Amino acid sequence: MDARRGPLAVPKVRRVGFFTSTDPSQESPRPNRTQSGPADAITSSSSPLSDSPSAHFISPVQIPPSRHHSDNLASRAAPVPVPAPSAFRRQVANERTLHVGSYNPVDSLLGNSPPSSNGEVSEDSGSLFGFQRSDSAKLSASFPNGGFDMTMRVRAPQESESKAVIESEGRKKNVEASGESKSVATKSHKEKEPKEKPSKAERRASQERDRARKAAAKGEGSKRAGESSRANPSKVAKQPQLKKELPQGTSSVSEKRFVAVEKERRMDVPQTQMQYDDKSRVEKAKRRSVVEQTESKNKVELFLHLPQYERRNQLPTLSSNIFTLDTIHHAVYKVGLQHLAGDISGDNARCIAMLQAFQEAINDYATPPMKDLTLDLTAKINGYVSFLIECRPLSMSMGNAIRFLKNQIRKLPADLSESEAKASLCSEIGRFIDEKIVLADKVIVQHAVTKIRDGEVLLTYGFSCVVEMILLYAHEIGKNFRVVIVDSRPNLEGQKLLRRLVTRGLDCTYTHINAVSYIMGEVTRVFLGASSIFSNGTLYSKVGTACVAMVANAFSVPVIVCCEAYKFHERVLLDSICSNELGDPDAIANVPLRTNTKHSKTMDNNKNLQFLNLMYDSTPAEYISMIVTDYGMIPPTSIPVIVREYRREDLLL
Amino acid sequence: MWRRSASFILDRTSNPSSPPMANNTTTQTPFQNPDAISAYYQTRAAHHHGVITSDWLAQAQAAVEQPPDDEDSSVSDHGNYEKSFDVIDEFNGWRKQPDLAEAVAAIRALAAVIRASEATTMMELEIELKKASDTLKSWDKTSISLTAGCDLFIRYVTRTSALEYEDFNSAKSRLLERAEKFGEISCKARKIIAMLSQDFIFDGCTILVHGLSRVVLEVLKTAAQNNKLFRVLCTEGRPDGTGVLLSNELSKLDIPVKLLLDSAVAYSMDEVDMVFVGADGVVESGGIINMMGTYQIALVAHSMNKPVYVAAESYKFARLYPLDQKDMAPALRPIEFGVKIPAKVEVERSARDYTPPQYLTLLFTDLGVLSPSVVSDELIQLYL
Repeated sequence: MDARRGPLAVPKVRRVGFFTSTDPSQESPRPNRTQSGPADAITSSSSPLSDSPSAHFISPVQIPPSRHHSDNLASRAAPVPVPAPSAFRRQVANERTLHVGSYNPVDSLLGNSPPSSNGEVSEDSGSLFGFQRSDSAKLSASFPNGGFDMTMRVRAPQESESKAVIESEGRKKNVEASGESKSVATKSHKEKEPKEKPSKAERRASQERDRARKAAAKGEGSKRAGESSRANPSKVAKQPQLKKELPQGTSSVSEKRFVAVEKERRMDVPQTQMQYDDKSRVEKAKRRSVVEQTESKNKVELFLHLPQYERRNQLPTLSSNIFTLDTIHHAVYKVGLQHLAGDISGDNARCIAMLQAFQEAINDYATPPMKDLTLDLTAKINGYVSFLIECRPLSMSMGNAIRFLKNQIRKLPADLSESEAKASLCSEIGRFIDEKIVLADKVIVQHAVTKIRDGEVLLTYGFSCVVEMILLYAHEIGKNFRVVIVDSRPNLEGQKLLRRLVTRGLDCTYTHINAVSYIMGEVTRVFLGASSIFSNGTLYSKVGTACVAMVANAFSVPVIVCCEAYKFHERVLLDSICSNELGDPDAIANVPLRTNTKHSKTMDNNKNLQFLNLMYDSTPAEYISMIVTDYGMIPPTSIPVIVREYRREDLLL
Repeated sequence: MWRRSASFILDRTSNPSSPPMANNTTTQTPFQNPDAISAYYQTRAAHHHGVITSDWLAQAQAAVEQPPDDEDSSVSDHGNYEKSFDVIDEFNGWRKQPDLAEAVAAIRALAAVIRASEATTMMELEIELKKASDTLKSWDKTSISLTAGCDLFIRYVTRTSALEYEDFNSAKSRLLERAEKFGEISCKARKIIAMLSQDFIFDGCTILVHGLSRVVLEVLKTAAQNNKLFRVLCTEGRPDGTGVLLSNELSKLDIPVKLLLDSAVAYSMDEVDMVFVGADGVVESGGIINMMGTYQIALVAHSMNKPVYVAAESYKFARLYPLDQKDMAPALRPIEFGVKIPAKVEVERSARDYTPPQYLTLLFTDLGVLSPSVVSDELIQLYL
C-alpha cells in the first residue's frame, strides 16, 4: 500500500514541507522553527508525507542527526493558531503519518548516534504537530474525526523522551531497517508483515492486553492503535508494541482532560458516529454484534472511518436465524433485515418502519424483576439500535427519532404502572410518526405547491416521497407543468418515480445525471428531497444532489429542498467525508446487462483499484434557495432557529 | 402636506388616462379594486378627499352606540356588523393622516374593531378580528405592509396572556391595551431606525437613495440634525417622480442633493459610498420588495462592492418567499411615457421588484440592525 501511495505523494508540497523543516534545523537555532511554525502547520496535512521526499532528495548522511526534544517542546509551547485543515485532508494525513508516529519513539531511543533519514522525518512531523498541540486537544471535541489523531501523534515524541527506553527487539530492528530511506522502509514493512502476522491465539492475547491497558489509558491508546492499524489489518501485530509506550507516557493533566473528553464524546455522540478506523472499538462492537460482517477486501482509504463491509452475503444466515433469536425482538429484527436487503429505502420509510418495530417491541416488553423500566428499556432500545446499525448505518433522521424515543422513556413519570408507561410510549411514537412525518409531509406539499406555476418545468433528482407527493398533488389540483426526472446509477430510484408519475398522467422527461447540465437550461425549478439538513444549512442527501444543485445554481434556477423538520440536525457538516455511508462496492463495479463479470473479477484482485460507492453527499447552503419544511418556507440560514425553537426538548438531553 | 404613498405617487389630475380610483371605496363595495391597478400604488394624498374626521374614537363611539345585536348572536350574524362599522372606512380614515404608514393605519383600524366589537366571548372577538383583517387584506392584496401589519397584529393581540383572563371585559381591555401599544411601537419604529442608522453615516459620505421612503427621509433628516456632512444622490424615480419629491424635501433640509436619471445609477456608482433604500416589504429570505429599480441598483452596488442598506420597520416583515421576480402578485400601475404608444406595444407596468438577500448588506429595523438572514429568524419567532 505504501507503494501505492508513493506516486500520489510526490508533488511540490512535500518539497516545501521538507525545506522548511530541514533548513532551519540544520543551521539556525530552534526559535526559527517557531517562526516558520504557522506555515509549517498549515502544510502539516501534507508535510507528513515528507518522509519519503527526504529520502528522495537527501541522503541520510546529509541529514543532521540530533534533535533536541526540549527544543521541540519550546516550539510546542508557542501559541500558534491551529490551522483547520479540512477533515478529509487530515484523514489522509493520518494515514500517511502512521509510520512517523510509530517510529518516533525509537528515533529518540537511538539517540543522536545514527543519522537516519527517518529520524529526521519523524522529528519534523512531531514538531509540526507540536504546534497544534495546545489547541487541538480542545478542538478535538468538536471534530468528530481527526481531532484526536492529531494530538495522539503529537504525544508520541514527547513520551519517547521520557521513557521510550523499553523497547522490543523487533521494533528496533524495524526502525533500523526503515532508517535508510522510505523505499527501503516500505520494503521492510513488507518483509516484516509475514513475520509478525499473529496467530489467532496471539491476537486474542493481544486483545486481552489491550483491554487491560485501556483501563489505564482510556481512549488514547486504542485510538492511536486504531490509527496505525487501520490501514492494513495485518499490522495488528504492531499495535501492542505501540501501545506499550502509551500508558508509560507522562500522564499529564492534558492527558486526563483528554480522557475526559474522550469519555464525553463517547457519551453523547450518537452511535452512528462510530469511527470505524478505531480498531478496538470496532472489535468491541463486533463481539456484541448479531450480524456477522465481513470487511470488504479493498477498502477505500479516505473513508476508512466508515464501515466498509460486504453486504448481502449474510442475509441468508440472518434470515434463518429469525426463529432462534433471543436478544432482538422479531419486529426489530425484521426491519433490520429489510434495511440490510434494501427492501426499505428512503429515509421516511426507514424511520417509520423502525419506529413501528419499536412500538411493537415496547408492547411486548416486560420489565424483568428487580429492574427499572426506564433504564432497562433504554438499554434494550440501545441494543436494538446497535443491531440496526449493523444492518445498515442509521440515517440522521433515524438518529433523531431514536433520540426522541429515548427522551420519552426518560421523561416517563415514575409513578406510572408498566402497562400505562408502555401505552403512553406507544402513543407517543404513533404521535411522532403522525405529526412529524405524515402531517409534516402534507404541510410541505401545501407550501411547495404554491411555488409551482403553470407552464413550469420542474426537475427532481432520484426519488423522494415528499417530492412525489408534491408533484402528484400539483397535478391533481390542475397545475400544468412538466417534470424532468434525473437519475443516477446504481440505484436508479428515479425509475420508480417515473413509473408512478407517468401512470398518473404527468408529462415526464427521464434522464441520467450525466445530462443534467444539458437539461437544466429548460428547467425553471428544482425540487430536491433531503436525508438531513445540518445547522449550517448544508443539505445532506443522496449522492449526486450537490451536483444537481450546483448546476441549477449556475443556471440560476431556484433550488427548493423539501425536508421535514425532524430531519434537521444540530451538528454542522462541512464536507461529505466526515459522515457518509458507503454502499455495496459491487453495485458500481458490475453493470447490469453487461454480463461478462470477468472484468470485475480481475479488478477485484487488483490492489490498486477500490470501488467507492458513496451514498450521500453534502450541498453547501449557498446553492439552496429555499427549504420547505413543516414550519413553512425558510431560507437555509434559519435551520438553527427551527432546531433551537422547536426541538429544544430533544436537545436538552 | 405630505404625500402618502411610501413609494409612488400619481398625480391624478394630470393623468387623465388613469383609471377610476379606489378612493371612494369607503362607501361602496370594498372588496373590489377597480381595474387591475394596485390600490397601494395609487394616489392617496389626503387633500384629494375632502375633510374627513379621522378621529376613530368618535367613530368607534358611534359604532358602540348602535343598538346592539342579539346578545347570543352567532358568528354568522356578524355579517351585518359591517353595516355599523366598516374596517375599510376606519382604515382609510387613518390613512389620511400624513405620517402614518399603511400598516399602522391598519393596526389602528383593527384596534377600533376590537373597541367596536360587541362580541361576548374571546372566540367571537377573534373571529371578528380575523374577518376584519381579511377584509382589509383583500381590499388591497398588493400591499405587503398592509397584509403583514394585519397578520402581525392578530399575532400580537391573540397570543397574549390576556386570553386567560376569566372576565371577558378585562381580557378585552387587555387586548386593546396591547393593540395600542403595538400601534405606538410601530409609530416609534421610524425614530428608532433613524437612530440606529446614524452610526453608518459618516462625514463626507455620498448616499444613493432610491424611491421615496419616509424611513429613509427620517434617517437622512436625523443625520442632518446631527450635523453630519454628507451628500445625497437621488434617482429620478420614474414614472411618478418620487426622487424629485425626495430631493425637494432634502433641499429644504439643506442637504446637498443631486438628481440622477434612473439609468445613471451605474455611471455614478463609483462616487457613492452607500445605497439607502426603503422597502415595501421584507420577505422571509431576507430580501426586500421595493419600488422598481431597487434590484438593479443593488446589483450594481454589489458588483462595485458598495454596501446596500435597507431601512424598514418590522411591521413590513411578511411571510412571503418569492423565488424570483415573477413569483409575486404583480402590483400594476399606469405609466405615462409622454408619447403615444402604439397599441401593439406592450408596457411593463409592474411597480416593484424583488431584491434577493445576497445583494443586501444590512437591514435597519426597529428590532435592531439585522443581516438579511436574521429576518427569517425573527419571522419564525414572530409567527410560529
